[in-house]
Amino acid sequence: MHNFITYYLGTGFWGSLVSSIIPLVFILPYALVAIWLELKISAHMQDRVGPMRTGRWHGWAQPLADVTKLIQKEDIIPAAAEKVLYVLAPALVFVGAYAAYAAIPFSPAYIGSNINLGIFYVVAVSAVVVIGILMAGWSSNNKWSLLGAMRTAAQLVSYEIPSSLAILAVVMVVGSLNLNDICAAQSGWFWNWFVFGKFPFLFITFFIYFIASLAETNRSPFDIPEAESELVAGYHTEYSGMRFAFFFLAEYANMFVVAAIAAVLFFGGWNSPFGTFLSGPVWGAFWLISKGMVLVFIQIWLRWTLPRFRVDQLMYLSWKILTPFALLNIFAVGLWVVLRG
Amino acid sequence: MNANEIHDRIKDRFPDGIVEFKIDATVDPFIVVRPELIRDIAVFLSSDPELKFDYLMSISGMDYNDGNLGVVYHISSMEKRHRITLKVKLPKTDAQVPSVESIWKTANWHERESFDLFGIVFQGHPDMRRILLPDDWEGNPLRKDYKAQEYYHGMKVPY
Amino acid sequence: MAELRTEEMVLNMGPQHPSTHGVLRVELVVDGEVVVDAIPHIGYLHRCFEKHAEALNYQQIVPYCDRMDYLGSMNNDHAYVLGVEKLLNIQVPERVEYIRVIMAEFQRIASHLVSIGTYGLDIGAFTPFLFCFRDREMILDLFEMTCGARLLYNYMWPGGLSHDLPAGFVEKARAFIKHFRPAMKELNDLLSYNEIFVKRTANVGVLPADIAINYGASGPTLRGSGVKWDLRKCEPYSVYNKFDWDIVVGTGEMGTLGDCWDRYMVKVWEIEQSLRIIEQALDTLPEGDVQAAIPKRVRPPVGEVYVRSESPRGELAYYIVSDGSQKPYRVKGRAPSFSNLSLLPEISRGYLIADMIAIIGSVDITLGDVDR
Repeated sequence: MHNFITYYLGTGFWGSLVSSIIPLVFILPYALVAIWLELKISAHMQDRVGPMRTGRWHGWAQPLADVTKLIQKEDIIPAAAEKVLYVLAPALVFVGAYAAYAAIPFSPAYIGSNINLGIFYVVAVSAVVVIGILMAGWSSNNKWSLLGAMRTAAQLVSYEIPSSLAILAVVMVVGSLNLNDICAAQSGWFWNWFVFGKFPFLFITFFIYFIASLAETNRSPFDIPEAESELVAGYHTEYSGMRFAFFFLAEYANMFVVAAIAAVLFFGGWNSPFGTFLSGPVWGAFWLISKGMVLVFIQIWLRWTLPRFRVDQLMYLSWKILTPFALLNIFAVGLWVVLRG
Repeated sequence: MNANEIHDRIKDRFPDGIVEFKIDATVDPFIVVRPELIRDIAVFLSSDPELKFDYLMSISGMDYNDGNLGVVYHISSMEKRHRITLKVKLPKTDAQVPSVESIWKTANWHERESFDLFGIVFQGHPDMRRILLPDDWEGNPLRKDYKAQEYYHGMKVPY
Repeated sequence: MAELRTEEMVLNMGPQHPSTHGVLRVELVVDGEVVVDAIPHIGYLHRCFEKHAEALNYQQIVPYCDRMDYLGSMNNDHAYVLGVEKLLNIQVPERVEYIRVIMAEFQRIASHLVSIGTYGLDIGAFTPFLFCFRDREMILDLFEMTCGARLLYNYMWPGGLSHDLPAGFVEKARAFIKHFRPAMKELNDLLSYNEIFVKRTANVGVLPADIAINYGASGPTLRGSGVKWDLRKCEPYSVYNKFDWDIVVGTGEMGTLGDCWDRYMVKVWEIEQSLRIIEQALDTLPEGDVQAAIPKRVRPPVGEVYVRSESPRGELAYYIVSDGSQKPYRVKGRAPSFSNLSLLPEISRGYLIADMIAIIGSVDITLGDVDR
């Protein structure tokens, strides 16, 4: 029972529709929570309290108010913009992030699509985002946007390599690209998780993947495509209102995708840390989301601590440090797999 | 070196370059020199081993309201720890003076400022444009006989 | 492969840009992301200080001085009133000068905190910015309890001060210093010695000492290049020669001498020196009447004065010409940022756009000061 919805409704129209809406039902509340967390965490790191009034209790309704504002805002399309691409870009960026959710095993009983090439599929659809961002930067007809888009393209393409190589190491250990299989391979107590279980190889792999994934989601310290102090806002400089909200939503959706993939690959996915205690379909979802949120928290933490790299230093880090390390790591893991049988 | 010694040293080199030297003025001593020699004097001041005026502090335009404009150079030496004020006077009708930009780069923007606000033209300046006011502004505001233009791009100027 | 044809692009940075620290416009000629040339355009904040000064009497100009460099208002006032007092040839009570120095040094710390914080922001670190502003707020509280204003004080008058120190000021100032020293250490850990921060600023925007002097640079911009020059020590004014402190200069320890990191770090180190001056001044604060020497009518004799002082940004000077009337014949403000900014093209060629931000931030300009 990989997908309880298609199990009951079948794989026809209704089953597929409901099944595909579920991630959206997750993403929207998650994004609101994540934005609120980001507001509050950053505030407390900076000796402030953050929003306190909206919704009375610690400003919990602030993201809701922000979204309401963005929806009401006038939708401005610059006169000189390439209209079709300009309108299409935010949708494409969001689709890239959203599509990745199809292969995330939220629980033993729910995965949008239990395809054998799961992880490969996630890597592939995440790359669609690049096209969306390039479209946004190009069509805005703004030099800052264009520079931001160019930086993004260079950055995402560069960091796909170390992150894919890191993923490959896990795939070699498990012998499968199916994310459910990867979760299942780590069942039992938390010392079976790959990040601890195959110490030290996959521990290093995790760091390579996590750094690369920060760059792939354009999060600090790799947020140079939108570097607000340099490029104003990078590729989404000209966007406002709902279209801007789509970029924003896609960024947060993407943050969770990479966090969830990291959780699946290295932290046991939907497995409970305590063997069979608190495990099962519902608890599985709880564990995966919790693990994802912890990693999201670390991303937020880093963002409010570190300054930003420069574009050439970013490339240096990818090509001269992460990629060689990832290759060495693959070699070491491969050797280990062969020797241990 | 004090102002007297600095004056004497310039006098030795440019016997007829100095128009006026005032040390009993209320506070700062100054030397008025002939405008056409200002560049040569500046070269001398900056290169002379005894004087070594390496730091141009400021260039101020002046309107003396007697038909003359003026440029005031405040220079100092970081090494010798002395300073002096040089002045030139220019007739309002033909306010031109050689630029000292090639000696002290500070002069680049300061001379542009005097050009902008007083209309003093510095000969040999590489980039003689307005600096603070818009390029199409009329007149030089710090001249004592300045009258603001009525309209600037359709906006009323004297409010 | 045939030769690839590339074109240079003109990129207009500002006047509305998050990192130009105001309404500065820099015309960048870029080849990809490499800056080929940078041409600053200024004047967007020109408020005709010198024209206003023609129509005002000597005391009325003080509030306008406040507004020149709005982050260093106390220092602006200090320089101006020193000039007027020199023209009038009046001696102010020692207490006045002590209080002026305390205020000027607090203002220097506040200004450097803004500069350091926004510099972190330019490099992409948001948190140090708020730490700096938190501490700056406390200094502004001190100013507020002294003269009622938080930004533009009109506190120093020719011949005296508008108010004496309020009761409890000295204790509060000491409490602030006690809180502030550890906070600076925290800032250094978080930002100054951060690996990424050092990578971004070391060896960027290198300014050799001779070019700095030739361009009339002053303040931290000059000292970052290793020139030991501070008017508070080299041409002592006010009561600065009564205190024990050091001139800090750039060391080039992270990269080349005169790079952005040096210019940044000079400001951090200067804060400690300012604290030393304030502590000594608080300890030895003499008694006296701060308004005794204020003249009823300010009418200096014919003459002129060029008074130099060390503002947070460098050499701030006023050239005041008196024709014997109640109004100055001419007041020219020699703004440190104006000269410092003029060397921007010199130190930005060949670096990347991201470096450009680091360079503008490290030169530390206030547009109010540039445009006057």
